Amino acid sequence: MIESHLPATIALIFVLFSVLIPAFGIWRSELSQPLAVLGSGLAAAFSIIGFIQYLSDGALRYYFGGWEPPVGIEFVYDGLSGFFIMVINTVAFFVFIHSHHTAKQEFPGKEMPYYALGILMLLGFNGMVLTGDLFNLYVFLEIASLSGYALIAIGDRQAPYAAFRYLIIGTAGGTLYLLGVGYLYTVTGTLNIIDMSAMLPMLYESNAVFAALILMIVGIGVKAALFPMHGWLPDSYTYTSSSSAALIAPIGTKVAAYILFRIMLWLFGIELTDAMAPVTLFVGILAAIGILYGSVMAIAQNELKRMLAYSSVSQIGYIIMGLSLANPWGFAGALLHVLNHAVMKAALFMISGQLRLREGHSDISRFDDSYRKKYPWTMAAFTVAAISMIGLPPLAGFFSKWYLVLGTIDNSNWIFLAVILISSLLNAVYFFRILEKVYMMNPAKGQKSVSDGDRNEAPASMMIPTLILSGSLIVIGFANAVIVGILLGIAPF
Amino acid sequence: MADFFMGHYAYWFTIILLCIGLYGILFKKNLIKKTIGLAILQISVVLFFVSVASKSGDVTVPVRDQANFPVEIAANYLNPLPHTLMLTAIVVGVATLGVAFTLLIAIYNRYNTLDEQELIEQFDD
Repeated sequence: MIESHLPATIALIFVLFSVLIPAFGIWRSELSQPLAVLGSGLAAAFSIIGFIQYLSDGALRYYFGGWEPPVGIEFVYDGLSGFFIMVINTVAFFVFIHSHHTAKQEFPGKEMPYYALGILMLLGFNGMVLTGDLFNLYVFLEIASLSGYALIAIGDRQAPYAAFRYLIIGTAGGTLYLLGVGYLYTVTGTLNIIDMSAMLPMLYESNAVFAALILMIVGIGVKAALFPMHGWLPDSYTYTSSSSAALIAPIGTKVAAYILFRIMLWLFGIELTDAMAPVTLFVGILAAIGILYGSVMAIAQNELKRMLAYSSVSQIGYIIMGLSLANPWGFAGALLHVLNHAVMKAALFMISGQLRLREGHSDISRFDDSYRKKYPWTMAAFTVAAISMIGLPPLAGFFSKWYLVLGTIDNSNWIFLAVILISSLLNAVYFFRILEKVYMMNPAKGQKSVSDGDRNEAPASMMIPTLILSGSLIVIGFANAVIVGILLGIAPF
Repeated sequence: MADFFMGHYAYWFTIILLCIGLYGILFKKNLIKKTIGLAILQISVVLFFVSVASKSGDVTVPVRDQANFPVEIAANYLNPLPHTLMLTAIVVGVATLGVAFTLLIAIYNRYNTLDEQELIEQFDD
């Protein structure tokens, strides 16, 4: 008996809208954006309802066609997957509202494919998060990746090459993951995650299981842009259009991080993961190097989108470091950072889209204090998001770093603690550099000075989502105790 | 030792294919050759799944042998699931190649070359 169809409904909404958008979009291209907003809005509403239901009723397993696993396939709606799809769909909803003008300006006449692919990519992400079956996960991974490659190829002149490089390395990662699934299938005879997690402890110190774990971590690490497999990310995010970047950057790598959580903490369990070699420590070291590398590279960039892309490499490091700490505080900090970073990165990429719409560039060296006068609200939103990225209280970014720091102290891992603190300083360097230009630097000589009357704010359809996301950073910051309380309840420890 | 190699020759074969594919992806400069390497990599994993589930001799899949249902002697049957999974994986591979070639056409139309070195030189200008 199936009590609730909610998990399947969320996926079906995306299937439906990925067909509806081309069908109506061919007829009236301007209908595609409202449809995409409607679809992602519905999905976001359902995922929030679902998470509230989860909090009162507990986890939900949805068997397709009533066939029970391990014969049938299932969607698992537990705390972790519920939390992730709630974040993904809500952020995507705001990005779709925001992308109306940027899409129209950057790729006129091609809005319909953009929205259809965006919805298809969200289908892949939601499926990856919800599915309880390792092979289905691979299929959804490829759905999400293929539409992601196409979305990244919409953009500047270099975008197709960036997308091609991502395709090669991303598909290789997916294939390695599939090989890992093959190893696990040969030793356990099941593909269901819950079923398999019950069997794997019997295979303690099996070489096949260890090889599978490594293959999966490497394969998914490519998708998560875990150092040193991050090479595709900066080019992809830089050359793609503002609307694609705002859609992919906040959620793409998070979903891959979700798979790492699912594999290392649920499927294998922390003891089995570390049975043969200190895998979690190794992953944590890679994450720590990624944090420092991303921050240092971000300082060296002169283009806002490229800087944000490198900062993504660094921020995904925090999430994976929290995972590698394998204690409740690290776990809660990592998941809180998933939420914070999705909101912050979405807001920052949306702001870069607004600047490109109005100024035609997002080159940091050309920023000066005329931007503050022309775009007071945009820059206010930027300031909030930037300060949250740096991690100053009471904004959201401070609290996720705070819980991560508590996690490192819990493990007496002083090197990771130092990495988090140093990286916060580096974040401050690259964001204050921009804030200083925007609020302090006088325009270069010869340019006409801008008076307060020359306001040229982006249209309301862009300003409102940006302001809501930036504002929610303050709300998340004050509500952090409540959120962390919920997240600690999800933790498998 | 020889037994270890000969007894698992199908797996050695897939591993060699996998390495050829990885080599193509990492070291070939031409983007078409990279794509070919990718295809070889995917096929190697498909062959791995297929060889895992194959059995020689007089065996069939359970649903083809309804007279003896439920199955008692497992050695008489092979597992059809990995093969069906691989049908999906092949479809995914075809779709990936389709997207890859579309991107290659877009790159060629913009730069008139598919050589990585020449492309990077053009980016610098």
